[in-house]
Amino acid sequence: MASISVKNLGKAYKQYPSPLARIKDWVHPGGGPRHHLQWVLRNVSFEVGEGETVGLAGANGAGKSTLLKMIVGILKPTEGEIIRTGRVAALLELGMGFHPEFTGRQNLFMAGQIIGMTVDEIQERMAEIEAFAEIGEAIDHPIRTYSSGMQVRLAFSLATAKRPDLLIVDEALSVGDAYFQHKSFDRIQRFRRDGTTLLIVSHNRFAIQSICDRAILLDKGSIAMQGPSEPVLDYYHALMADKEAVSIRQQVLENGQVQTISGTGEVTLEGIRLIRADGNSVSAVNVGEPVRLELKAEVRANVHELTLGFMIKDRFGQPVYGINTFSVNKTSPIYQRRVKGHCHFDFCMNLGKGNYSIAFCLSES
Amino acid sequence: MLKDLTLPLWEYRGFILASVQREFMIRYRSSVLGSLWSFLNPLAMILVYTVIFSQIMQAKLPGVENGLAYSIYLCAGILTWGLHSEILSRSVNIFVENANMIKKLSFPKISLPAIVVLSSLTNFGIIFGIFVGFLLISGNVPHWPVLALPLLMILQVMFAASLGLILGLLNVFFRDVGQFVGIVLQFWFWFTPIVYPLSIVPETMQDWIQFNPMTPLMTAYQGIFVLNQWPDWGSLLPLFIISLLTALAGLSLFRKLSPEMVDEL
Repeated sequence: MASISVKNLGKAYKQYPSPLARIKDWVHPGGGPRHHLQWVLRNVSFEVGEGETVGLAGANGAGKSTLLKMIVGILKPTEGEIIRTGRVAALLELGMGFHPEFTGRQNLFMAGQIIGMTVDEIQERMAEIEAFAEIGEAIDHPIRTYSSGMQVRLAFSLATAKRPDLLIVDEALSVGDAYFQHKSFDRIQRFRRDGTTLLIVSHNRFAIQSICDRAILLDKGSIAMQGPSEPVLDYYHALMADKEAVSIRQQVLENGQVQTISGTGEVTLEGIRLIRADGNSVSAVNVGEPVRLELKAEVRANVHELTLGFMIKDRFGQPVYGINTFSVNKTSPIYQRRVKGHCHFDFCMNLGKGNYSIAFCLSES
Repeated sequence: MLKDLTLPLWEYRGFILASVQREFMIRYRSSVLGSLWSFLNPLAMILVYTVIFSQIMQAKLPGVENGLAYSIYLCAGILTWGLHSEILSRSVNIFVENANMIKKLSFPKISLPAIVVLSSLTNFGIIFGIFVGFLLISGNVPHWPVLALPLLMILQVMFAASLGLILGLLNVFFRDVGQFVGIVLQFWFWFTPIVYPLSIVPETMQDWIQFNPMTPLMTAYQGIFVLNQWPDWGSLLPLFIISLLTALAGLSLFRKLSPEMVDEL
């Protein structure tokens, strides 16, 4: 079992104006500041409990890789501390330590030893690694003859040959074709069921929301938000459109769900109702039932051709149905400010049983 | 301090040995004669030295009767210097060359210089074995002083490895070091009595060459093989002290700089 406890973590790179400044710094450390610290991560604190699955989201350059590298132990924190227990395996870069001239099997021994396995352990698991990678006879051919997909298959099979207590996955690494992706995802899921603590970095909303208990959002080197996956990811998506986060609001609704609102505020959504044929406003309907979705909006600035749309998302955040007024050629003409209006969509709820969320969008075409 | 550097070396011994083996294999991969080349190359070198100097140029070592003496003198020096220079020139680039691995994997970085040392020693073992074979065949069987060899080797490797470690670390931060080492090795080689005996150098120069810590070491090797002489241990004391200090400096520098190194690479 493994847990991670990160306290006030910070990482800064020393930047010297010239190599000479570094020499001066070494020779006479107390002689005033000769470098400035470039902080890439600061004041980061979080806990990952035993057996928990936590997603790490954030834009490029938010500090995700730096954070992972510090947890794995490649980088040393500049300040703060990380307490980590258990055996860790990191899928940050697959195929490190492979040499093109040697066969797959020879490379397994080499790469396996770099990640801390013994020859006996590798020998013992060889058959299983071979079976999982499914590259057939190629295992005894030099790696240079492999396709990149085959290399990744072999590397993944090796890296996950032994169930780790803590598995760190950078989802940005693609694990080959759809078939193998599915297979590797299954293996990760199995580890999780067997008690492995998981920390997953991903840009893919589905990946995080489908398996993570919690998500942590990094923005510009610090934690912007952490909590249940859905609101954190909603916030992350809103953040991508509004980098300074000035307009993003989140509020807890009566039913305990979190609503995320963002945008310029030129048009605001005043009310949403899901209405049954009998005219009652509801939050649950039957499969295939005809419903009306009603939106009330207020225009607060002059807008040309307003488009209204909505999207129904499943519990993993995957859109399953959506439509907007533009696509049905019902865009509204010019609106003056201070106009209130409403719009409705009539459709049949042809979706399977489950919990869904709805996202709305009002935009100028 | 020593323990937390040597323990990971022991834990990663499998990786280190496999890397040494791999390096050896890469060199002769896809060649028909394979590792035979590792014997042919040094063999050719020894043959050239012996044939050219003893037979064609008839070079004689002052004060030694044996016609092969100069060839043996030359080999004793050049082969051991070869080890010194291989360790240094490879150590200086070891961290820079493996930047990718250092940045992406969590493993004890000290195993990289260890791989260099072991792999250089392997190459040296082969070439030196051929040299000893040549000595046996040519009837110049070394006497008892040859037993001093392991001690001299330990001293030499300790010095080269620690100096290499320091240079390798510095090279990460100042790439000039790598360039500089190449030049220094050239001068150092000619500033050490390897090709020439110390006695033919003008007196004033001799004093300077004596300051070179490698001089007594090379003299000891040459003494063992050419004159069947035990080394003058007293003359090796400065090198021993220098090696100890370099080792200490190297290890503490490594401890201080290895986290920062990852940031810099």
